[in-house]
Amino acid sequence: MNRPVEQWASMVPVDDYAPTAFLDVRDLRIHFPTDDGLVKSVDGLSFTLERGRTLGIVGESGSGKSVTSLGILGLHKGQHARVSGQVWLDGEELVAASPEHVRRLRGKKMAMIFQDPLSALHPFYSIGDQIVEAYRVHNEVSKKQARTHAIDMLGRVGIPRPSERVDDYPHQFSGGMRQRAMIAMALSCDPELLIADEPTTALDVTVQAQILDLVRDLQAEFNSAVMIITHDLGVVAELADDILVMYAGKAVEQGSAREVFTAAEHPYTWGLLSSMPRLDRDRQDRLVPIAGSPPSLINVPEGCAFHPRCRFCELSAPLSLTEVPVMTETTPGHGVACHLEPAQRRRLWTEEVQPLL
Amino acid sequence: MAAFIVRRLLAAVILLVVVSMMTFAIFFLVPKLAGMNSDQMALRYVGRGATAESIQATKERLHLDDPLPVQYGRFVQGIVVGDEFNYGPEVVKCPPPCFGYSFRNSQPVTALLIDRIPVTASLAFGAAILWLVGGVSIGVLSALRRGSVFDRAAMSTALAGVSLPIYFTGLLSLALFAYHWKLWPNGVNYVPFTTNPLDWAYNLILPWVTLAFLYAALYARLTRASMLETMNEDYIRTARAKGLPERTVVVKHGMRASLTPILTIFGLDVGLLLGGAVLTESTFSLPGLGQLVVDAVFGNDLPIVLGVVMVASVFVILANLVVDVLYAALDPRVRL
Amino acid sequence: MRQRRKLAVTATAVALSMVVAACGNDSGSGGGSGSGGGGGSAAYNAASEGIVNKSDTTGGTMKYVLSDAPDSMDPGDTYYAFNWNFTRLYARPLTTFKPAPGKAGLELVPDLAESLGEVSADGLTWTYKLKPGITYDDGTPVTSKDVKYAIARSNYTAELVNGPKYFAQYLDAGNYAGPYKDKNLDHFTGIETPDDSTIVFKLKAPFSEFDYLVSNPQSAPVPQAKDKGLQYQAAVASTGPYKMESHEVGKSLVLVKNDKWDPKTDPNRKQLADRIEVQFKVDANDIDQRLMNGQADVDLGGTGVQAQARATLLQDPNQKKNVDNPQTGFLRYAMLSTKVPPFDNADCRKAVLYAADHEAIQGAYGGSAGGDIATTTLPPSVVGYEKADVYGFLQDKNGNPDKAKQALQACGKPNGFSTKIAVRGDRPKEVAAAEALQQSLSKVGITTSIQQYPSGDWSAQFAGNPQFVHANGLGIQIAGWGADWPSGFGFLSQVADGRAIKPDGGNYNQMELNDPAINDLLDKGIQTKDENERNAIWTQVDQKVMESGALLPFVYEKTVLYRPENLTNVFVTPAYGMYDYSQLGTTKK
Repeated sequence: MNRPVEQWASMVPVDDYAPTAFLDVRDLRIHFPTDDGLVKSVDGLSFTLERGRTLGIVGESGSGKSVTSLGILGLHKGQHARVSGQVWLDGEELVAASPEHVRRLRGKKMAMIFQDPLSALHPFYSIGDQIVEAYRVHNEVSKKQARTHAIDMLGRVGIPRPSERVDDYPHQFSGGMRQRAMIAMALSCDPELLIADEPTTALDVTVQAQILDLVRDLQAEFNSAVMIITHDLGVVAELADDILVMYAGKAVEQGSAREVFTAAEHPYTWGLLSSMPRLDRDRQDRLVPIAGSPPSLINVPEGCAFHPRCRFCELSAPLSLTEVPVMTETTPGHGVACHLEPAQRRRLWTEEVQPLL
Repeated sequence: MAAFIVRRLLAAVILLVVVSMMTFAIFFLVPKLAGMNSDQMALRYVGRGATAESIQATKERLHLDDPLPVQYGRFVQGIVVGDEFNYGPEVVKCPPPCFGYSFRNSQPVTALLIDRIPVTASLAFGAAILWLVGGVSIGVLSALRRGSVFDRAAMSTALAGVSLPIYFTGLLSLALFAYHWKLWPNGVNYVPFTTNPLDWAYNLILPWVTLAFLYAALYARLTRASMLETMNEDYIRTARAKGLPERTVVVKHGMRASLTPILTIFGLDVGLLLGGAVLTESTFSLPGLGQLVVDAVFGNDLPIVLGVVMVASVFVILANLVVDVLYAALDPRVRL
Repeated sequence: MRQRRKLAVTATAVALSMVVAACGNDSGSGGGSGSGGGGGSAAYNAASEGIVNKSDTTGGTMKYVLSDAPDSMDPGDTYYAFNWNFTRLYARPLTTFKPAPGKAGLELVPDLAESLGEVSADGLTWTYKLKPGITYDDGTPVTSKDVKYAIARSNYTAELVNGPKYFAQYLDAGNYAGPYKDKNLDHFTGIETPDDSTIVFKLKAPFSEFDYLVSNPQSAPVPQAKDKGLQYQAAVASTGPYKMESHEVGKSLVLVKNDKWDPKTDPNRKQLADRIEVQFKVDANDIDQRLMNGQADVDLGGTGVQAQARATLLQDPNQKKNVDNPQTGFLRYAMLSTKVPPFDNADCRKAVLYAADHEAIQGAYGGSAGGDIATTTLPPSVVGYEKADVYGFLQDKNGNPDKAKQALQACGKPNGFSTKIAVRGDRPKEVAAAEALQQSLSKVGITTSIQQYPSGDWSAQFAGNPQFVHANGLGIQIAGWGADWPSGFGFLSQVADGRAIKPDGGNYNQMELNDPAINDLLDKGIQTKDENERNAIWTQVDQKVMESGALLPFVYEKTVLYRPENLTNVFVTPAYGMYDYSQLGTTKK
């Protein structure tokens, strides 16, 4: 049952040059040589994403989620990173493309919004200026036209009195409004791919919901592909059509949101779900955390990277200690990288994990 | 903004008063504490053939016996209303602002100051432009090429520049460029800008470069550190994510933010220099405020010391003011 | 580094101890290489005894530089030797020194006056007649009233305090208020002007060296109408070969030819260069560089090159021929305060004189180029000097500990004693001398601690203030002195006369020597008309000062002067201890 291929969705082999999805990431590896050793932040990641759909990438800090998104945008070029693999965006391969070419796509075809809008926006320039700049670098328009467009975008993201606020500075906005402004800036050139890196982590809960609504509305309006990166399963539950769970630079589970939430098959995912407080269940005595801490990306554990923390490690020993598990399809559209037998996993899920959720 | 400036100007006046009082106090009280009386102070200004009469006459002429508040009052009066001076056969009016007359050679201090400010200003501004452009560009390049040969070479040179005293580099450059290679066959002699701009610049090149070398080194190191910090900021990553060309990212986003602290220090440095670049002026024999005040201090010439201290204080206060206003203009988070 | 050199009117002697290099002949002795018209060619120390580069070439610009700013360029208001020398270019005193090298340069010759002064039988009146036909640079004729006015303004005003006050001291002027307070010059009864070309000085007591007094530029005429008091120095009315074109006080001075100067009335000066430019406040080391590189012609200060250049010049055989090493006329010494125990006992004082290591001290002043070991109070360039060595310094160059110990026994301190040495901390040579002295004294049990004081207030507050000296036990004080005019009286009157002691500060008789015998000799000498008798009296005073043991002479100071090759008529004037500025010209155009 274990296929030697590492491709998801259409299961197309790696060396086939014809991508079918809008965003097609194949065996992406991003390594950073440092004085302490080679940091393997992303180590063989593959997934796809279509326009109009939302992919949620979930994982702990250090799992490689942000590095992945920066890697897709090509922001690691010139930073001493070793990037290999392929990233196909709308039929174009980006990893081997020239940095100049990728730069021109950045902001225009693919855009990103960041976690902390206060530090991510330049404090010295007004919001209007920054949006105008983002717009004019990709479109030949006059300043006046760009300004009109900026005001328009601010209105669209729900900022009241946009023609007055366009000349305000980032520090003059509240947290929520600031994030909306950043979204306005990211969407100013109508990107087809929007990557949101922890967009609500810095905001309070009520504002969170508003922002997520906004993203969903805009996605519907522009038909963009959205990648949302977070450690918060609640956010993912709200927004994502598909979920990708990352651990130690690799994908460990992929599937539709419904599948992953109701029929998760990877012990790590089980751990994530267990550690999430839920309102629709009885209150437990305590939350169940995942034992241990994230692994070093320089000295990744042998075999299955999760094995030191896995409750069920002995059940798949000695394989989990020696061989890296490969992503395999269990049910249609649902892949898992684990050495446990599928039947074993489902049993464990229904018997041991699910009741406690 | 206007209210802010007005408040600062008021504070400036108070500060000037305090500084002048302290200068008076130091000049008169310190010798008193050391056991000097006014006769002995008067002896400083009389030739070797001092007689009791000339000592007494000098004391009266210089008002050395008057109580301090009276002397101070006369000083303030001079600045506000003007003063009179007895040259001997006639009495001359000194229009406000009158800083008095040199104890040593009876020259009007105000005229001296006016004469020397352009020299110090020429030196300070010329060197300032050189070191700002040179130091900042080297600092930025070093930061962008961190760890490279250029970076290491630049920072080593900067270390040398910061460590070598001006007196040394000045004399060395004079010996080498002026006298040995005869690029400046007549040495360095200040020529006013109004007399001949080319000569003015020609004579100031060596002092400019010597002074700028020291500061450029400082600024290169500062800029490098500031740039490195700034380029790690999140908004730089955002700028790149927007697809901006790297040049725009570095210049418009990076430098704008990293240079703000540099500019404030620059303003203060120039303000201080305008009070007299003492070492440079002495080494190159430039007749500026620095040379003037050093001689006045050694020669116990209070009116000149007071005058230069006042002028220097005004420059520093103005520089602080300009810097604060500039900072507010550059960084919208700082509002006055 | 900056030397505040108070004036000395001094002389260099044709000293036998000086190094005489073989040089091209001059002074009319013919023979030799006959290069040029007997004008001496450049050789080491040639200008100390002869005229180097004699020439009548006119034209060119002479560049003088000075490391300091002078007290004033007003001839009546300055106390610097270099200024008494230099201002003669635009001011003619009644008398001046003969422009000749060697002993001849110590002679007084008439300048503005027709001849030296005529003294009355009782010695209380001195009369001079002015040369006819002399005018200022604007054509106005010079009158004797102008000379009277010049002396009145320089000696009797509260404003002009820099220059010497000898006239105020010796003239019989009663309570004259000075010309600024009392515009009527007739009230100045100390001087009479019976007609426009006669001037009569009235003295309180006979003063036989009056001709020396009027050699001071204070006697150069000043027209009352042109006098601007403290501002006069910006535009001095000239009687000399040059006049002021511009003077920025403290910065620069430019002199140009005075076409109203008539060389027929003035054999004492030359008018060679077209233009003389003086720049003040040039860094001292820069001055030496400029001299050696041809960008400046003369160091106006005349005190010699800095240590750096000195080393270079003396060791470079090519440069040595452009170096002169004349005596400056200054004596460097230590004074032992007769009021600070145990120096109130003469034998204790003598112990110090015997113990001192003279050679080591000479080394502190720069070795033989810095000065010759001194054995008398008067330096060789002062009239009245006679060679003597009562303590045997020259044979006991490193001191004589045995004799010192004997002296200690005699004064009751067989195991020595302790005292303090006061020295000017910003004068490295003096500090080094203090250290050398300290070393040599410790060998006989005299322990000393060195106290450094700033030279600015040294005279007013520290060593020159007897109260401070007594309170702080400053037994030994290191200083130097040069005469105001090159006679025994000119040298000794302020340092050896007990009545010259100033109890509150500004005292130069720091040994507080008050010997009635010395005081009487000084009085007698200054009244003695006959020159030879008078000079013998000065010699006696010198001997008595040495006998007292209160003064320990260190060196007859010498200096290293650089003589650029383009300078003409260069020689050292013994009167001022530097090049005679009234004679110089340049071959550079």
